[in-house]
Amino acid sequence: MIALLIRDMRLAMRAGGGFGLGLAFFLIVTTLVPFGVGPDAEILARIAPGILWVGALLACLLSLDRIFQLDFEDGSLDLLATSPIPLEGIVAIKALAHWLVTGLPLTLAAPFFGALMHLESPGFSWMFVTLLLGTPALSMIGAFGAALTVGLKRGGLLMSLLVLPLYIPSLIFGAEAATRGMAGFNANAPLLMMAGITAGSIALLPFAAAAALRVNLR
Amino acid sequence: MSQMKTNGTQTRSFGQRMNALWEYANPVKFMALSGKVLPWIVGLCALTLIPGLIWGFFFTPEAANFGNSVKIIYVHVPSATMAINIWVMMLVTSLIWLIRRHHVSALAAKAAALIGMTMTLIALITGAVWGQPMWGTYWAWDPRLTSFLILFLFYLGYMALWAAIENPDTAADLTSVLCVVGSVFALLSRYAVNFWNQGLHQGASLSMDKEEHVSNVYWQPLVMAIIGFGLLFVTLLLIRTRTEIRRRRLHALMARERMSDA
Repeated sequence: MIALLIRDMRLAMRAGGGFGLGLAFFLIVTTLVPFGVGPDAEILARIAPGILWVGALLACLLSLDRIFQLDFEDGSLDLLATSPIPLEGIVAIKALAHWLVTGLPLTLAAPFFGALMHLESPGFSWMFVTLLLGTPALSMIGAFGAALTVGLKRGGLLMSLLVLPLYIPSLIFGAEAATRGMAGFNANAPLLMMAGITAGSIALLPFAAAAALRVNLR
Repeated sequence: MSQMKTNGTQTRSFGQRMNALWEYANPVKFMALSGKVLPWIVGLCALTLIPGLIWGFFFTPEAANFGNSVKIIYVHVPSATMAINIWVMMLVTSLIWLIRRHHVSALAAKAAALIGMTMTLIALITGAVWGQPMWGTYWAWDPRLTSFLILFLFYLGYMALWAAIENPDTAADLTSVLCVVGSVFALLSRYAVNFWNQGLHQGASLSMDKEEHVSNVYWQPLVMAIIGFGLLFVTLLLIRTRTEIRRRRLHALMARERMSDA
């Protein structure tokens, strides 16, 4: 399993630059927003947590089709499916690899991009904490969406239609927790709800994703 | 001893009855039965929906503060009720497909999706039309409106997945898995949205346990309209499921012909 994790991370970092691309996309989104709404610091600071969350979500979405597509095309997914590791475990490992190369860098970069959005200093740590707890769910849900659409020729657009609605609860609770925390209110309720969604997704979605993969490999 | 015997026969007969129910999962039996039942349901639907709407539109008094616009609830509330219930029905039929592999069940879920999406759209549009004079806005990020918009997105994704996959069995499997997972997340979104924004929307218009609800003058035609919308859904569902079954047969026949030509 560890070998698979390392293999996936190597592939993601070397082949085609999928690793940096998510981050670059995230940077572009945060740069474009001030052009759209104007450079007013107050407005930017107010919408910063939401923009950073939406940007992280879209950056995450971009690299989802890489989770299974390449392995499906060259046949290594069939080999993985017949290996002694249960398919559920393979899905979980692949989601973890996806998180390590997209979710984690986004989380680490978010406070710095927050500075571009005039985020106030307590906001840095709140962005970091909410994204740290929330992005694993994004990778896991994304792995499920990728498993559903892996057999399709042009699944990318369809996958965004399938996956983005599933991201809504994480987005709402994550952005709400960051906003409340920044304003100095008690942010425990949304933070715990979001962590709960993440934990539930990690526990249950590998089974759904593996079921979808088995159908697609049939 | 005798008691045990009667118990045994009771469970058997219940089991037999259940088996008889599953028999309608056979497409041939389903076609025969639905063909016979369909005209009756169409008749019943016409008998409840048309008088219910006419009664609601023309023979109820205008409400204070609301004027004539209140009458849109005879379309708005039934379509909203159906929009949610159709998703629940799709969840049940998807589970039946995943567990017992009955083709009619999967096709019924596929047939229901478009009707459900249309009902959601009707509820959203009538709500917007009503919201403009009443709240002064077509749209507000109110929990219920937002939940319905999210429900609409779920219907869209579900139908897009059906349309994208060629093999019908693969499509049925994947959409069923999506429906089950989507149901969980739709429910989560509902609570998340409630948490996120307190809304303008009035409370439930109809409820069994509350003392106070809409006065009887409005309530009776509304119940009739809801029953009418329910029957309308059953009618459309049967027609669309029958169409799907026929389409499957046509594909099978065409495939057979190609095989014999080759």
